[in-house]
Amino acid sequence: MSALTELWVYLSREPLAALTATLCAWWVALRAQALARAHPLANPVLLAVALLAGLLLAAGVDYRAYFQGAQFVHFLLGPATVALAVPLARQWEAVRAAPLAILAAIGAGSLFAAASGLALAAAFGGGQALAASLAPRAVTAPVAMGVAEALGGLPGLTAVIVICCGVTGAALGPLVLNLLGVRDMRARGLALGTASHGIGTARALSVSAEAGAFAALAMGLNALGTALLLPLLWRLLA
Amino acid sequence: MIGGLAALLLCQLAGEMLARALALPVPGPVLGMALLLAALLARRAIPPALERTADGLLAHLGLLFVPAGVGVVMHLDILAQDAAPIGLAILGGTLVAIGLTGLIAARLLRR
Repeated sequence: MSALTELWVYLSREPLAALTATLCAWWVALRAQALARAHPLANPVLLAVALLAGLLLAAGVDYRAYFQGAQFVHFLLGPATVALAVPLARQWEAVRAAPLAILAAIGAGSLFAAASGLALAAAFGGGQALAASLAPRAVTAPVAMGVAEALGGLPGLTAVIVICCGVTGAALGPLVLNLLGVRDMRARGLALGTASHGIGTARALSVSAEAGAFAALAMGLNALGTALLLPLLWRLLA
Repeated sequence: MIGGLAALLLCQLAGEMLARALALPVPGPVLGMALLLAALLARRAIPPALERTADGLLAHLGLLFVPAGVGVVMHLDILAQDAAPIGLAILGGTLVAIGLTGLIAARLLRR
């Protein structure tokens, strides 16, 4: 019994177990996605997160202990965000051809996302902290957390909501766009990047290089616009 | 691959430094993406080593969100307490924003 306890203590202290579990969960999620023939609902981020969250809760492992190990995967988000410049550069001719259309679409989606968050928090009597945590939810997590904190929200809650929005958009967004008859890969990419940041961009990239590049552009511009303009909108409404 | 990764990290570092020096509210990696894009457009070509590294990283972009996503276990109580506005914002807000952006873009981009 004590040997087992020692093993458990070792595993929970070293990053090895958390890293291995994260990669195994991702592998299982990718297999499941392949089995579902890449249907958008079988989103690998959703599947892997559900698998690992269930595992942590069942085993009674603290999230912070898990993150000690998983942070090595998390760290790569930074260089991967920079790397989005590569698909963007490949598609630059198409981006340069219609700057106004792109800005108008991203602006409308971004404004709707922020305003709907504020309106829903107000409608349900959720208070300022909830409103500030919901308003920046469409943009990439580091920006959303910074904006939420500046407005008096809860950065940790915002991060979770941001990821839920990403997964929702990646899993259900393509179905909405099909229903609305939006087939242009550029428009689909812009929509996913604006409302579902990096997770939407990951989905768009996996379907088409063109959609992926437009999603990366939308994610970047939405992050920039929200970081600069949401605090102004907040002051205007408060 | 090392050259590609070093280039990505250098851009991220430059982005972080720029954001701090100018007190910009934008995260370093997003500025780093803009810097790398400017450099690639100025060169008019993408170095093959950078291309391989970037494509390798982006092929598993979703994986990189998983550790932060598992953080949901820390906030289950608040999520349950404010389930209605949070759920509506996540589901309704996100899907309407996608539909709206997609429709406007499709209409304006018609070739």
